[in-house]
Amino acid sequence: MLAKRIIPCLDVTAGRVVKGTNFVGLRDAGDPIEIARRYNEQGADEVTFLDITASSDQRDIILHIIEACAEQVFIPLTVGGGVRKVEDVRRLLNAGADKVSMNTAAVLNPDLIFDASSKVGSQCIVVAIDAKQVAPGQWHVFTHGGRNDTGLDAIEWAKKVAALGAGEILLTSMDRDGTKNGFDLALTRGVSDAVSIPVIASGGVGNLQHLADGVSEGRADAVLAASIFHFGEYTVRQAKEYMAARGIEVRL
Amino acid sequence: MTVAAQTIAVIDYGMGNLRSVSKALEHVAGGKPVVVTADPAVVAAAERVVFPGQGAMPDCMAELDARGLRAAVLAAAKDKPFLGICVGEQMLFERSDEGNVPALGVFAGQVKRFPDEKMHLPTGERLKVPHMGWNEVRQTPHALWNGIADGARFYFVHSYFVEPADPALVTGSCTYGVPFTCAVGRDNIFAVQFHPEKSARDGLQLLKNFVEWRP
Repeated sequence: MLAKRIIPCLDVTAGRVVKGTNFVGLRDAGDPIEIARRYNEQGADEVTFLDITASSDQRDIILHIIEACAEQVFIPLTVGGGVRKVEDVRRLLNAGADKVSMNTAAVLNPDLIFDASSKVGSQCIVVAIDAKQVAPGQWHVFTHGGRNDTGLDAIEWAKKVAALGAGEILLTSMDRDGTKNGFDLALTRGVSDAVSIPVIASGGVGNLQHLADGVSEGRADAVLAASIFHFGEYTVRQAKEYMAARGIEVRL
Repeated sequence: MTVAAQTIAVIDYGMGNLRSVSKALEHVAGGKPVVVTADPAVVAAAERVVFPGQGAMPDCMAELDARGLRAAVLAAAKDKPFLGICVGEQMLFERSDEGNVPALGVFAGQVKRFPDEKMHLPTGERLKVPHMGWNEVRQTPHALWNGIADGARFYFVHSYFVEPADPALVTGSCTYGVPFTCAVGRDNIFAVQFHPEKSARDGLQLLKNFVEWRP
């Protein structure tokens, strides 16, 4: 049976992994390649790098990190952050990324999803959706780190990106991100049930039960977390053992 | 161009992440040279050949022909140790549902899409397509499975799978909504639907077995 995936996420800026709460108060968490190797040894199913570099002149740093990582870590690598054009997708794939995630650029120009997936294949294109609750049972898509309400309904946008050729959705709850209160399960389930492509739940993981809930109640195909792994609270292996004990299919 | 002895050629026709494949091969090749090449002469001179593939089958076939590599691939598949990966496996068959284009026809059989009506679990949970992630592979004995436990998980990402006309070709199978063939082999050819280069230790073991394989 197909295993539910556990994906550690590494926020990278200026060549270092950092972690903050709601994009402020960044703490240094170490060298990206070293951390990716450690997660691989712990049994991570994939690793995601999110380039949170603000200035475009530092963008190439992420390419070197991906190149070095792809020489040493033989599991899928996803990279997001700052992807604006099909050319950006190509450069990341050529550096060794397996999937590329796009967010704001996809909202501003949905054709980018179609163009990129037509060129490199749907399996390489992840659309990241940052969603925030605006009313009970209703979420809007936000951009610019949760500051800008696009007015788009998150579930309708998820259906649209799937139709345009996205191969996967990385769904982050802006309300929960960094809070350690668990995923927004209603949002996760709403999106996962609405589309036929895999959905990765993100935002809010504070303990192992949150990961299991994301799969069993949120019906996510994969769960993503950052800080619980970076600062040694739990290993990926512990997370998998916990999920397996709850009857969830994982790769041990 | 001179080609060093024992070269492993990774065929480059512009589709997919060849860097991952070549780096994983280098990791296990024990010093044998690994080259990513679009040159038919290099393919012809290589000791063994890896034929990867990613993206849509019609695009892969078009690019293969645009680069004049079809004959080199077919020649290598005749007598060299040959490893097909993902769309590189699918292209060895006759035809795909994807775009309905003729493929290389090394093996009799078709490439099918996961059937929508079967994509759910008995619990009612929907199975997503593409089939993306780590799934268990049931092995049929073959030298390329040496040192890998039967049922070990490999990383998949695909919406189509091969249906060989001859069941004797099947060297590995998997289940996702429906049972499907995920590895085939005959003589000097082994081909897999999953990505050994992304399948951690077991994937590297399979590549190592290929590098050392004497069919």
